[in-house]
Formats: sequence, structure tokens, C-alpha cells
Amino acid sequence: MSAALQNIINQPYKHGFVSDIESDVAAKGLDESTIRMISAKRNEPEWLLDFRLQSYAAWLKMTEPTWQNAHHPKIDFQAISYYSAPKQKPKLKSMDEVDPELLRTFEKLGVPLHERMAMAGVAVDVIFDSVSVATTYKEKLAEVGVIFCSFSEAVKDHPELVKKYLGTVIPTSDNYYAALNSAVFTDGSFCFIPKGVKCPMDLSTYFRINTEESGQFERTLIVAEEGASVSYLEGCTAPAFSSNQLHAAVVELVALDNADIKYSTVQNWYAGDENGVGGVYNFVTKRGLAQGVNSRISWTQVETGSAITWKYPSVVLLGDNAVGEFYSVALTNHYQQADTGTKMIHIGKNTRSTIVSKGISAGKSNNSYRGLVKIAPSASGARNYSQCDSMLIGQESGAHTFPYINVRNNTAKVEHEASTSKIGEDQMFYFAQRGIDAEAAVSMIINGFCKDVFQQLPLEFAVEATNLLSFKLEGSVG
Amino acid sequence: MIYPNSKTILEVRNLCASVSGTPILKNMNFTVKSGEVHAIMGPNGSGKSTFSKVLAGHSDYEITGGTVLFEGKDLLELAPEERARAGLFLAFQYPIEIPGVGNSQFLRLTYNTVQSHRGNEELDPLEFDDFVRDKMKLLEMREDFLDRSVNAGFSGGEKKRNEILQMALLEPRLAILDETDSGLDIDALRIVSKGVNHLANKDNAIVLVTHYQRLLDYIVPDFVHVMEAGRIIKSGGKELAVELETRGYDWVSDEYKAASRVAA
Ligand SMILES: Nc1ncnc2c1ncn2[C@@H]1O[C@H](COP(=O)(O)OP(=O)(O)OP(=O)(O)O)[C@@H](O)[C@H]1O
Ligand SMILES: [Mg+2]
Repeated sequence: MSAALQNIINQPYKHGFVSDIESDVAAKGLDESTIRMISAKRNEPEWLLDFRLQSYAAWLKMTEPTWQNAHHPKIDFQAISYYSAPKQKPKLKSMDEVDPELLRTFEKLGVPLHERMAMAGVAVDVIFDSVSVATTYKEKLAEVGVIFCSFSEAVKDHPELVKKYLGTVIPTSDNYYAALNSAVFTDGSFCFIPKGVKCPMDLSTYFRINTEESGQFERTLIVAEEGASVSYLEGCTAPAFSSNQLHAAVVELVALDNADIKYSTVQNWYAGDENGVGGVYNFVTKRGLAQGVNSRISWTQVETGSAITWKYPSVVLLGDNAVGEFYSVALTNHYQQADTGTKMIHIGKNTRSTIVSKGISAGKSNNSYRGLVKIAPSASGARNYSQCDSMLIGQESGAHTFPYINVRNNTAKVEHEASTSKIGEDQMFYFAQRGIDAEAAVSMIINGFCKDVFQQLPLEFAVEATNLLSFKLEGSVG
Repeated sequence: MIYPNSKTILEVRNLCASVSGTPILKNMNFTVKSGEVHAIMGPNGSGKSTFSKVLAGHSDYEITGGTVLFEGKDLLELAPEERARAGLFLAFQYPIEIPGVGNSQFLRLTYNTVQSHRGNEELDPLEFDDFVRDKMKLLEMREDFLDRSVNAGFSGGEKKRNEILQMALLEPRLAILDETDSGLDIDALRIVSKGVNHLANKDNAIVLVTHYQRLLDYIVPDFVHVMEAGRIIKSGGKELAVELETRGYDWVSDEYKAASRVAA
């Protein structure tokens, strides 16, 4: 690989600063008393403490999974602090009241939080370490009956809704990290779109890990009632630390009859340095339940960060005619490892799912697509189309595809296509011979490769994702 | 066409280049003045494409000696993209496919990049669309060309036409067409040649690398050169190509060897 190409893909991480915000950090370690402490700090009701304790009991009986195509030293769960909250006024009415240092942080992040998001009319919830610090546009949303708030507020103000749906899509004992999250989660976002309401604006949550030895375990729950629809955006960053931080989030989506949930993520957690030191372990469980007839759940993700990403946003297609979609771009560089994909579980009749996965591996990184398409005996007329494309940059990166297909109904139709390509020296030379420098060439090739996914993102996010990929891949050439 | 007192565009002196230690170009000498059309012929493996790619700055080749001046400037100092912006154009013998990258976006990026480096105005997508469609007419290209990925799935002849379309967009000072005729059917050869002739003027120059006289029936060269083993061993006028067509290359090679022996 030429030096130019090498340079382009070796960009430093621009979000690698620590915000100087005073935090209230719990002592490291995890036992029952930690969980009681978290619950008490948050003034939680008894039922939620019980939910946590049950999850913890389940977690203790489980073992860490090792089947994913990603390798890391054993995590010491006692060396993690399970609670870190910025020390500041607990309640904020508007963004103007947010700690100025926090706002500066977001400016450094290039997060268009304060003005641009407002101008774009996006409602934002900001989660710093584990605690939600600000939610915008709440009143405006409330007028149409949309609830958009931090998870803690939801527990306080809408306990019946939280209780009704929490853990219904991802049971506490679903997997090791989901169980851990269910035991120790500290905050997250809650979003409820009542019957017949089209959410008037995109909803967005911005996550940031800021403390070196704290884990981040946020919990997101989105419910769209009959005929409701919402587009939800999630972004995240973390500062550069030489140690690894654990991020084990759980996201549950519920779509009732004719409801439509579109969930978009741009993930840019710190990926570690060029030697593979530091970085976030991103072990996330995301699942949507397309419960109602004609319901639709669509996941779009652009995964560029984290030392290790291990996540499979999935859809359980329960209602007849339900639709599940998964559009993914995963970019890995240096020593990053990504094992990501989806599960489409077809149960209802005439359910349809589409999977489009684009993996880009550069440096010495490893990028795996792992996907399951399961057609239950009840899912007559179900259809799936999967397309998994990999692009390799350089000689030392790896791309792998693990499709699992399990069809139990002979009226179902499942199609799978896969391809692997490379950005070759001769392609780069072709661009150069036409006057186009290496940076512009790589970004054009990558954007072309990711086009099918980017066009699924809301415009604001598509621009951010395009820039982010270019940024990750561009550099000082020549 | 040869014009009196025309400026020198390219001056190659004793150029030597090797690929992973093996010398390919051995004391190549070659001069092109504005307005001229040169043809480089020679057996397979004689170094014609290597010479073209070395001029364009391909990183596979190490320059081990000699100089190249492009409009008086040291060409070898420049990065490949700078050479292109300065007006050096290479129509590739085997244009590479770039799946996923739309042809129209690609063409617009290359056009705008080169224009902005020349201090000219860039075109927005709509303006460019009109502009490129005009150029496509010249080459009788199908409109759906623009909607496809760069060269992806193009037939051999379509790829060659796409190269000449780029030449038409970029208006280079020096265009090197490496076997643009191979793979073109009879009609396409005529159309592409017409296009190239249309682009030739007294301020630019064209170097045709070819194996066949039939291209030179359409684009008439002022000079014909024979390359062998990495250097030019004979140069002449357009009648040399006709002679090569009937007699082959051996006699040129023999003459050259005899002359070298005398010189030694
Ligand atoms: N990148 C490379 N690696 C190894 N050998 C090369 C490379 N490029 C050229 N060569 C060798 O250099 C010699 C000249 O090749 P070149 O392609 O320049 O010939 P040519 O005159 O264009 O031939 P043709 O008429 O077949 O197109 C050949 O022996 C070829 O194998
Ligand atoms: Mg050749």
C-alpha cells in the first residue's frame, strides 16, 4: 500500500479530550450493594430494584460469550465503576442552563447541539457518562402527546408505561451484557409516541463516556402505539484513554399495529490508538419488536468507533405483514474489531426483511458481518433479501461474512448476496491521473460503496456520517 | 500537424526506469512540440505502456536516470495528480473499473478539480450535465453512460470511449492514448478518431500508442517511432508505419543492432 493511502486511513481521533466536568463517581466494583446504591441514588420504585436484582442474579449465573470473531483480554468487572454522574443541578429547563463546560464539550465534538440541532428542529437528549443532562423540545412534543425524556424521569413520571414495556423485547436473561445492563443501567432515553401520532420532529440522543474507569450502561426504550411513527437518532463519542471502557447498552423498540420506528445510529466511540491501545468495548443489545400488523422497524447504523463493536440490532417480525430493515456501514481501522450484523426473526405471515451491510476494513482491523434470518413455520409468504459487501483497504485487514439462514416454511423466499472488493493502487492511480488527490478519491469510493445505507439516514445525519467516514479515512497526503 | 516555431511540450532525455529492480526503460529520448501528433509502435513488452505510466507518475516504477521536462518544468518532481492538473492526460490501455462511483459524479469531480487548478470556474451538477452531454454527442455515446459506475461492466470499446470523453472534458496539453484503438469496432474507431481529431489543435499534442496502421489512417501522425527493449530505435514520418505494417519489426531491430555495433 502506498504511503499516501496509508496516511489517509490513519487519522487521529478528534474527540479524544476529557471534559473538565466534575463528576460524582462510585467506587469500583459490583455486588448487590452497588445495585442498591444505584437504585437508591435514583430514588427508584421497588419494582425497578427487583428488576435489577433479578437481572443481577441471572447475570451471576451466566458466562461471558466468546463466540464472536473479536478478541480482548478478560474484562475485570470489579475494576469498573458503575455510576458516574456530572455534578450539577439535577434538573434543567432549557439548554441555556447546561454547564457551559458541557456545551463547550459539544462544540469540540462538533455536535450541532445548541444551534444547529435547534434550527433543524431536532429534539435532543444528552447522556453524559450515565446520566441524562438535558432534553430539548420537551414541551413542544408534549403538546402532541409525545413523551421524550431521560429514563429516570420516565420512571418517575410514567412508571406504568416503563413497567409495561421494560424488558419485554429483551428479557433480562437474554445475554450476558444485556443482563449486566439490566442490573446496573443508570440512565438513557425514553420515548413514547401515542396512537396515531406522527412525531413532528426527529428525536435524538447524544451519548458520551467521560470518565476513564466508568462503564456506560444506558437503556433506551421506544414505544410507538397503533399508527404512530418516529425517527430516532443516536450519536456517541468518548475521550481517548489508554484503558478500555465498557459500553453495554440495551435498546428496546416496540411497534404496535401500523406503527413505524426508524432508528439511526452514528457510533464514534474512541477506537483506541494506532497500536490498538485503549478504546471502548461496545457490547450492545438492540432489538425491535414489530408486534403489530403492518408495523415497521428500521435500523440504520454507521459504526466507525470502538476498539471492539459487538452488536446485532434485530427485529422480531411478529405482526402479519411487518417489515424489518437493517442498513449498516461498519468501518474498522488499525486494530479495531467489529462483529456486527442483525437478526431478522420472521413469525407473522407475509413479513418482509431487508439487510444491507457494508463493511470497510483498513489497517490491521477485522470486520465481520454476522446475520441470522429465521423463518418460523408460521411465517407463510415471508421474504428476506440480504446483501453483504466488504471492502478491504490495504493488505493486512480482514473481512468475514457469517450468514445463518434458518427457514422452516417452504413458502418463504430468502435471497443472499455477498461481495468483497478492494481499493486498489490502480484505482487510486486512475483518480490521480484525472487530477483527483488520494483523499478525495478514497472518500468518493467509500461514499459510493456506502450509498445504499447513507440514503436511509435523515439528511442531517447523512452529512455527518459522510464527513465522519471521510475524516476517518482522510489525512495529510503528500 | 507540424507548425514552425512551435513550443516544446515534452522533452524526455535519457530516461531510465525499472520495476522492482528490473530495468524497463533504457535511455529513452523523446521530444514533442505543440501541434504535433506522434505515434509510438513496437512489439509487445517493448515498454510503451511503461513509458506512458512513468510519464503519468505511476508508483510501480522507479526512475533511475534521465530528465523529463513538461512545458519547461521538471515533470518528475510532480505528484501524479499535479501532472494531470498541469495538462498531462493518459488514456489507459486497460481502464480500471470503479464500482459504486457514479460516472457522472466522477467526471464532474475530475473536470472541476482540473478547472479550479487552472483558475477557471467550476460547474454545478446541472451545468455540468449539459456540458458533458454535449461532449458525449461528439463521441456518439449513449446517455445512460452517465448513470453507471465508472467503467464498471463497460464493454472494452465503451471503456475506451469513456477515456476519450475524459480527454474531451479535460482538454489536456499532452494526451497519450495507449492503444485506444484496440477493442474498438470499425464504426467506433472512426467515431473516436473523429473525436480526437476534433480535439487536436496547434496548442496541444497527441501521442498515440498503437499496433495498427488503421488508426493512423484516421489520425495521421507527423512522426512515427519504433520502441524496442525500452528505447526508441527508429523514428520517421507517417510512411514508416505503412512500411512496418508490411515488413514487421525485425528489419528495424537488425538495422539498429548494426548501427549500434558500428558506433561501438
Ligand atoms: N508493474 C510491472 N511489474 C512487472 N513487470 C512489468 C510491470 N510493468 C511492466 N512490466 C514489464 O515491462 C515490460 C514492458 O511492458 P509494457 O506494458 O510497457 O509493454 P508494452 O510495450 O506496452 O506492451 P503491449 O504492446 O503488449 O501493450 C514487460 O516485460 C512487462 O512485463
Ligand atoms: Mg501496452
